[in-house]
Amino acid sequence: MEEQLASVSFQVPDMTPALPEIFVLTMACVILVVDLFLTDRNRVITYLMSLATLLGAAILTFSLHTGETVLSFDGSFISDSMADVLKFFIYLVCAAVFIYARQYLIDRQLFKGEFYVLGLFGVLGMMVMVSAHSLLTIYLGLELLALCLYAMVALQRDSGIASEAAMKYFVLGALASGLLLYGMSILYGITGSLDIGDIGAYLAAPGSSDNLALMFAVAFVIVGLAFKLGAVPFHMWIPDVYHGASTPVTLYIGSAPKLAAFALVMRLLVEGMEGLHVHWQDMLIVLAVLSMAAGNVIAIAQGNLKRMLAYSTIAHVGYLLLGILTGVTTGYAASMFYVIVYAIMTLGGFGMIILLSRAGFEAENLEDFKGLNERSPWFAAMMAILMFSMAGVPPFLGFWAKFAVLEAVVRADMVWLAVVAVLFAIIGAYYYLRIIKLMYFDKAEETTPLTSGTDMKLVMSVNGLAVLALGIYPSALLALCAGAMATFGG
Amino acid sequence: MNIEPIIFYFFSAILVAASAAVITVRNPVHAALSLVLAFFTSAIIWVLLEAEFLAITLVLVYVGAVMVLFLFVVMMLDINLVPLREGFIRYLPVGALVAIIMFVEMVIVVGSNRFGLDVFGAGMKHGPDYSNTKELGSVLYTVYVYPFEIAAAILLVAIIAAIALTMRRRPATKFQDPSKQVLVKRNERVRMVKMAAENKTTPNE
Repeated sequence: MEEQLASVSFQVPDMTPALPEIFVLTMACVILVVDLFLTDRNRVITYLMSLATLLGAAILTFSLHTGETVLSFDGSFISDSMADVLKFFIYLVCAAVFIYARQYLIDRQLFKGEFYVLGLFGVLGMMVMVSAHSLLTIYLGLELLALCLYAMVALQRDSGIASEAAMKYFVLGALASGLLLYGMSILYGITGSLDIGDIGAYLAAPGSSDNLALMFAVAFVIVGLAFKLGAVPFHMWIPDVYHGASTPVTLYIGSAPKLAAFALVMRLLVEGMEGLHVHWQDMLIVLAVLSMAAGNVIAIAQGNLKRMLAYSTIAHVGYLLLGILTGVTTGYAASMFYVIVYAIMTLGGFGMIILLSRAGFEAENLEDFKGLNERSPWFAAMMAILMFSMAGVPPFLGFWAKFAVLEAVVRADMVWLAVVAVLFAIIGAYYYLRIIKLMYFDKAEETTPLTSGTDMKLVMSVNGLAVLALGIYPSALLALCAGAMATFGG
Repeated sequence: MNIEPIIFYFFSAILVAASAAVITVRNPVHAALSLVLAFFTSAIIWVLLEAEFLAITLVLVYVGAVMVLFLFVVMMLDINLVPLREGFIRYLPVGALVAIIMFVEMVIVVGSNRFGLDVFGAGMKHGPDYSNTKELGSVLYTVYVYPFEIAAAILLVAIIAAIALTMRRRPATKFQDPSKQVLVKRNERVRMVKMAAENKTTPNE
């Protein structure tokens, strides 16, 4: 018995690379307890502590960033440039979500500690996903995030559509997790390992990919990923959930988790199954074309801005997949750039809905934006910048994102795909520009002044101006993504 | 004569029959009890696989806790099953056809010709002093400590979510406060009213 215990060789894992995760988990628990002793009047302390947690995590991630790839916890945790960059943007985006959400939640008696605690646990789930290097941690990170999201949608208990959205999200999310898990289990059965590195090495060996069961596994993994990303034909949950959830929760679901989902695709498809690139490339082409087509065309028919942005998300997911399916480093970097740009733009888009809303009134219909220029020229300009950027008009940031993925597709000798993408981008421009027309050329039906807090207005302005400034000078962000992707692909 | 295959096929048959009963019997309580039987039988099959820790956990957690809770819920809810079964016969042919096609496809792709014993070989047999529990314990907190901690965080989130979604204060709800009941004074409950004596009234006046 003694011998048996002694024979277990155990090295204490290097916890340093995982310090940001440990910090966020600890702080989330601390905030949970502190919040218990706060009255509704002092609830702002929870809010400030949540922001401080994100700031602290950002400082930790930045100071631990070496640019080298470090594995820890027996290969189930990885810290590399992609993980660090994506984590940094996850903190940034979530901090903005928390700031945007504050006044909205106070006005609707939803300003509870649970929103922020679940939000922080969701951040932890995203961090785990971004840094996962084994099928086990990938799945656990995904579930941690998903569970927080389901609960956050359902938090608005008095609203019928929120409960419906939460139920739909939960059932479809569970189904997607099941499909992903099934694919993973077959992958484990064939390769005999949960470690992404081992799986990648197994599949890189010549002849190993010639296996029908492997195709089966890839198909299931891709269906699971497409569900989580919201690519057509697995997109049905997105419009209902975005519409049903309260706007700050929609903002949260729509922005940062897409960064984590991108990392998930990179870890599973590129790092784990690059040997099967020829097989998953075709599947991704179908998903991308369908997403761009359905997203852009159906968005035109939407009168509700939240639903319109939901379909716009589906279209953006199509463009995002374009870069990944090329299977080369520049393509991956273009996709990473696209997803970061998408997160910043979505933040602004849903942020504007929150800004125009007030207690008892949701500015979620297109008519609510009529004549915004008369009410607030500054924020009309911000919204115009965001819409131009989403439509892909130069020199705004969204143009460079589309440009980067299209360039990658053309370089991969798929000109027809680039042409299709541009055609759908032109169709998509219609519904973005329609909002600008409503804001500038239509008479205002509402004349109530905007009532948001100074912090919200300030961050909203920074958000809009960032889209403009980064659009004029995109090379820094592009270089950052290219550097982060240097270790991927050939 | 090896007794293991006999045990395996005997309990597998019970497992399949119990699982079929879960979805076919009319009475929901019977269905839940069949599920208990299915869990219990699969625990026995797990013991055959030398996974005795998991087998006992299955009995303790699923049979002992989850299913008992489930039975309570089934007994408390008054579910009318007739509307749920509407259209069962009508959709049966299509549903059965799709199920059979999917089953055949999956057997072709991931059947025993790819994952069978001749491909992977039989698992190693262990001696009588082998402890599955100790083996699990020795890796759970070492090699798999990171996933283990994340799983703990998931459970914590589940608790937070469950409480946040179900706990609400209803001001209209009537409830008793025993400490207030004990501390109550006489003059809070009984009001002494002083009034002048009245004349006796007679009905025949």
